Amino acid sequence: MANELEKTLAAEEIAPVIEPGYTYASITDKISAIVLTRPTPRVWYVGFAFSFLLVLLLLFGITYLLTVGVGIWGINIPVAWGFAIVNFVWWIGIGHAGTLISAILLLMRQKWRQSINRFAEAMTLFAVMCAGLFPLLHLGRPWYFYWLFPYPSTMDIQPQFRSPLVWDVFAVSTYFTVSILFWYVGLIPDLATLRDRARNRFPRFAYGMLAMGWRGSAIHWHRYETAYLLLAGLATPLVVSVHTVVSFDFTIGLVPGWHSTIFPPYFVAGAIYSGFAMVLTLAIPLRKIYGLEDFITLRHLKNMGEVMLATGLIVAYGYLMEGFMSWYSGSPYERYLMFYRMHGLYRYMFWALLVFNIVIPQALWFLRVRTSPLALFAIAICVNIGMWLERYVIVVVSLSRDFMPSAWGTYSGTVWDYAIFIGTIGLFLTLMLVFVRLLPMISIFEMRGLLHAEEGAEPESRPQG
Amino acid sequence: MATGPVIYGLMAEFTSPEALVAAAERAHREGYRRLDAYSPFPVEGLAEAIGFHRNLLPLLVLLGGIVGASGGFFLQYWFHVLDYPMNIGGRPLNSWPMFIPVTFELTILIAALAAVLGLLALNGLPMPYHPVFNVERFELASRNRFFLCIESRDVKFDAAATRRFMEDLNPQGVYEVEP
Repeated sequence: MANELEKTLAAEEIAPVIEPGYTYASITDKISAIVLTRPTPRVWYVGFAFSFLLVLLLLFGITYLLTVGVGIWGINIPVAWGFAIVNFVWWIGIGHAGTLISAILLLMRQKWRQSINRFAEAMTLFAVMCAGLFPLLHLGRPWYFYWLFPYPSTMDIQPQFRSPLVWDVFAVSTYFTVSILFWYVGLIPDLATLRDRARNRFPRFAYGMLAMGWRGSAIHWHRYETAYLLLAGLATPLVVSVHTVVSFDFTIGLVPGWHSTIFPPYFVAGAIYSGFAMVLTLAIPLRKIYGLEDFITLRHLKNMGEVMLATGLIVAYGYLMEGFMSWYSGSPYERYLMFYRMHGLYRYMFWALLVFNIVIPQALWFLRVRTSPLALFAIAICVNIGMWLERYVIVVVSLSRDFMPSAWGTYSGTVWDYAIFIGTIGLFLTLMLVFVRLLPMISIFEMRGLLHAEEGAEPESRPQG
Repeated sequence: MATGPVIYGLMAEFTSPEALVAAAERAHREGYRRLDAYSPFPVEGLAEAIGFHRNLLPLLVLLGGIVGASGGFFLQYWFHVLDYPMNIGGRPLNSWPMFIPVTFELTILIAALAAVLGLLALNGLPMPYHPVFNVERFELASRNRFFLCIESRDVKFDAAATRRFMEDLNPQGVYEVEP
């Protein structure tokens, strides 16, 4: 108990962003050893086996889908956007936290980003991959996906650039490309470290090729920092634009419950909210399994909890305004939709999302909760579920009750909807596990720089930790 | 030494970024111009210490952004106004507010590509071979050691005098770099 309290107090003061006693050498060795020399923990194999099974489920689901068609899903008319769009929005929202941590917090000079940015960016990439699958599969004939791009077509038909769905194609593909560039640029110096640390021929060669001959020249570093800063400056408006464009998919339509100006800001806040929840969901087990508590300290967890609390409140404000505006609009359709959300077929989902997204995260006001990994993990899981339910309510409930009662319908996911959704969770976890096995999950060179900035000169002269 | 330089240069090893910056500044003051410093993380003021001032990268990124913005807008203008105009309820063909999202995304995309490709091109990467890696201790340049290398191409370079100068900088060691 006393120890717990001490930790709490330490986090209340300024808990260090890196525990004392480290040197450039010991940081480098500790992080690179996870990839190069330390035996892979048993949990990794168990996790990989489990998530790879889910990938097989995904492949099975996709194969069946391509063979038979989207009729195996629960979608119908009027609810033509079912799980596919819910999952798309959910996954792409999760990705946003990675870019927020790596770009926005960099511009704001938040030092605590430096031990979590690498795997948060990886999380972004993998989440966007999972997200991208859904609209593609939802196309019905995914093999014609390239029709979405303005290529020199002999049919003389081009995308309709006034459609938000085409904006989405550009937003998501730009987001994926920029995220992968940002991530790779951040990795280059660490790949060079792994190249120099690796003792076996093949890893040395592979990391060497990927590092492209990086040698840490002062002039290279100078341009590197410029490039990194510029990329952060470009990624910042990009990440805001992506979920804004995703929200345009809804708001440009006239459907009750969609046609609202609050959507873009509250979608972006919701994306960051769910993204931080996912970062915590991944970071808390990872730091435990790999013994990285010295690098991902309680300070990081506490700060992420605070970001979740703040964005969660913005989301709560969004819900409140949605409710208020549907009443204030005086439109019977808007009013009925809100009534139907609360009392209709999907009411359990609506109330559950309020509990998961608004009520439970209020526990984050307490410092004790913010500095307890277990409590944070539990809240993060709740928020992940809550945000999925939110998208479900937005997509499905609005479509099932639009203007004409003759056009009303109901929707529920089939076993194939669930199979493909759970399959993408498996794909995400598999990619994440492969990433922590093969690449340094914490940016080594930024940790060295952080140590230099924190401890000043000559950490080398102290006894080796 | 009539047959030309047989080594790439001389390299000194330091244990702290401050020592490296001080050494680089001294070498630059001494008149050496063909020199480079190597560190495991970006060190403030190091590039300036060895006399690097012109950074072209921001200009490249700006150009990328301009190309992306104008190209992105023109792409949509071309399709909807010039190539395949379609009258939908008498609305204007050049409905520019609807073209902004894609224009914006392409601005970011091309600018980011310019930043990364520009970084690699200006730094001369990928580079499969470089003489500095011939120094055995240099693998610590990506761990915890800091290196200063004066190249033999430098007009002021003289194997003996430069070695004396470098030993005077109080390094951990001075090594010859095979070409």
